[in-house]
Amino acid sequence: MNFDDTPQEAEFRATARAWIGANAPKQYEDELRKSSLGRTALKNADILAVAKAWQKKKADAGWACLHWPKEYGGRGSSPIERVIWSQEEGPFGQLSRMFIIGHGMCGPTMMAFAREEHKRTYLPPLASGEKVWCQLFSEPAGGSDVAGLRTRAEKDGDDWVINGQKIWTSGAHYSDYGILLTRTDPTVPKHKGLTMFFLDMKSPGVEVRPIKQASGASDFNEVYFTNVRIPDHQRLGEVGDGWNVSLTTLMNERSAIGAAVSTGFPELFEYCSSLMLDDGPAIEDRAVRSKLANWAVKASGLKYTSMRAISALSKGERPGPENSIGKLVAGSMIQDVATYALDLQGANGAVSGEDGELAGRFQAMLLRAPGTRVEGGTDEIMRNIIAERVLGLPGDIRVDKDVPFNKIPTKGRG
Amino acid sequence: MNFDFSDDQKQLRDQARKFLAEKCSPKAVRIVLDGKAPYAKELWKGLAEMGFLGVAIPEEFGGAGAGHLELCVIAEEMGRANAPVPFSSTVYLAAEALLIAGSEAQKKKWLPAIASGEAIGTLALFEGKGNPAPKNVKLTAANGALNGVKKPVADGAIADFAVVAARTGSSGREADISLFLVDLKAGGVEVKSLTNLDPTRGQAEISFKDCKADPLGAAGEGWSILTQVLDRAAVLCAFEQVGGSDRALEMGRDYALDRIAFGRQIGSFQAVKHMLADMYVSATLARSNSYYGAWALSTNAAELPEAAAAARISATQAFQHCAKNNIQVHGGMGFTWEFDCHMYYRRANAMALGLGSLSYWEDQLIDRMRKKNAA
Repeated sequence: MNFDDTPQEAEFRATARAWIGANAPKQYEDELRKSSLGRTALKNADILAVAKAWQKKKADAGWACLHWPKEYGGRGSSPIERVIWSQEEGPFGQLSRMFIIGHGMCGPTMMAFAREEHKRTYLPPLASGEKVWCQLFSEPAGGSDVAGLRTRAEKDGDDWVINGQKIWTSGAHYSDYGILLTRTDPTVPKHKGLTMFFLDMKSPGVEVRPIKQASGASDFNEVYFTNVRIPDHQRLGEVGDGWNVSLTTLMNERSAIGAAVSTGFPELFEYCSSLMLDDGPAIEDRAVRSKLANWAVKASGLKYTSMRAISALSKGERPGPENSIGKLVAGSMIQDVATYALDLQGANGAVSGEDGELAGRFQAMLLRAPGTRVEGGTDEIMRNIIAERVLGLPGDIRVDKDVPFNKIPTKGRG
Repeated sequence: MNFDFSDDQKQLRDQARKFLAEKCSPKAVRIVLDGKAPYAKELWKGLAEMGFLGVAIPEEFGGAGAGHLELCVIAEEMGRANAPVPFSSTVYLAAEALLIAGSEAQKKKWLPAIASGEAIGTLALFEGKGNPAPKNVKLTAANGALNGVKKPVADGAIADFAVVAARTGSSGREADISLFLVDLKAGGVEVKSLTNLDPTRGQAEISFKDCKADPLGAAGEGWSILTQVLDRAAVLCAFEQVGGSDRALEMGRDYALDRIAFGRQIGSFQAVKHMLADMYVSATLARSNSYYGAWALSTNAAELPEAAAAARISATQAFQHCAKNNIQVHGGMGFTWEFDCHMYYRRANAMALGLGSLSYWEDQLIDRMRKKNAA
């Protein structure tokens, strides 16, 4: 048992470290390091432009989308090299956030289902960050129940005509392309009538409206489709096979190994280490210490769970199911951590933004936290996944499984 | 990076699991639970023959000389099987204390006897309620004789010898504490069994009256040795707790698959599924923290104090969580003497206290994290 790199891994790490040291946008390092959930903007620069520039620089030197094949703009690296890279990239990895959906979900789906010429055309600029992609799955009527979506695609000549509405689309407002899950046959059970496409987000009839989130910020959008035409050659997979195609996408969403999940703990520990309460230093308060200890072991538990997965990758094995706990644990933890940090501030905890303690760091965290427990699979869906796929418990009884989609009730009452 | 046990170590774990499944069935555990034997003597002998008792004891002292990672995988299986033997007191506490501080003669006398199963050892630290602290040690040592009462002492009624924490000074500092080795079969010792939460591992009160004792380690070094012993035992106990957590989770999962209510498997209800998913989460966090503890223990890393406290807290929480919710999944049947659920519930809650309670280890963890940050 050890934490050492193999000689090849050490060599790769050294190369990556040297390149990052020489090329990363260091002027933003401090700000990126201090960013936390709900607060990642740069004060004096457009983070989107900085992120795109960094991604392009990486792509030009062969450091973009490490795990992708070279012909599509990647490096053909092994999974462990990808992990080492993200460890070395450190705070600059924050700049990759706007590409996560495109690189982690859209790209792999295109690779598995798009025509070869499309892969060669669309994937390299996606890898280099010149083009940004989004994923159009969720709808007002289909969040956790994605297969309940209602956006229609109807065949008209060589095109498909799209009408409907998507919601919670991350980054749609700056995206160039998107992958889109639609209903092509409402007369068959819900999982069987779906078809996947990719489309140009600048197509006529696509309208993007930012959602003002509960936190006040706008990271997500509603996207409306009114008679949007998509040529049939942009279909991904067979007609009616969209559900299977979407599983490829979603599996990639949940398998990001070694991606550091934010728990808020380092921020809280640092805060409590210097905070004075009415009757002395917070870190010497019994109640504070007990809370910190409980969160400390969750944070370290997640860290070493991830190290176990990385070790499996290093040996060329498939990681076990342990990593599925990350989002579930971190999501509710960061919410609790933020709540507690404010509690320690007393009445002044209600003051947020620049007027607040630490320029409102924990206030911003608190307001953004509810989203982390919902996006990419709610806590409840994550528990179902653990129960069913890891523990082998039965799936839910699905009352709509064999019912034609257009016969499924759409209202809970009245 | 290779943050995992080796194939050989995993093989050893499988071997231990197979051995314990055969020799330590719940039926065998119940012989001790029901008070028909103070511990599973045949099993203890078998563990010695398998080389498990001395796995981390050097060969020159009659052990297998393998190491602490090997001991960790065996500990996990001991916890999984809920083994009713004095493994933790003898192997994690007494043997570790001897390895850290014992003289050549002391090691020669006791370590081979531990490895061969002939001697049961324990640590006599507590004196009534309270957590490990120098001020709680009142038993005195003067002129090589001990006077005072220790309680509770794990496996005290069946132990052949004990490492005893005694007061040798009154400066109010850690240096007031020294350790002694006591042959419990010699004079000056009175042992009384105590009823306790987990009858599969006995607790005793031991009174020392002008009892002859042999210093273990230098005078005044007792607390520093104890701290090391407790840290090492915390990691090893964490593996037992991880094994117990996994077993309790499996029992709950299996019952949820087998039991039908309202015309369906109860494991198809989300309320039950989510409870089991949360148990898996706790058990996984505990396992990962314990692996880190194992790494620190086996390499004697500077991170050991922090890693041990984290493993201790995480594994204690996980075992308590899994054991109590295993009963909940079982419903009424889980609350019967007949079902095995309560054996894990008892063990989980007794283990949560044995090396000092959760609040003690929470305090330790924060102190150690601060120390690291200050360094």
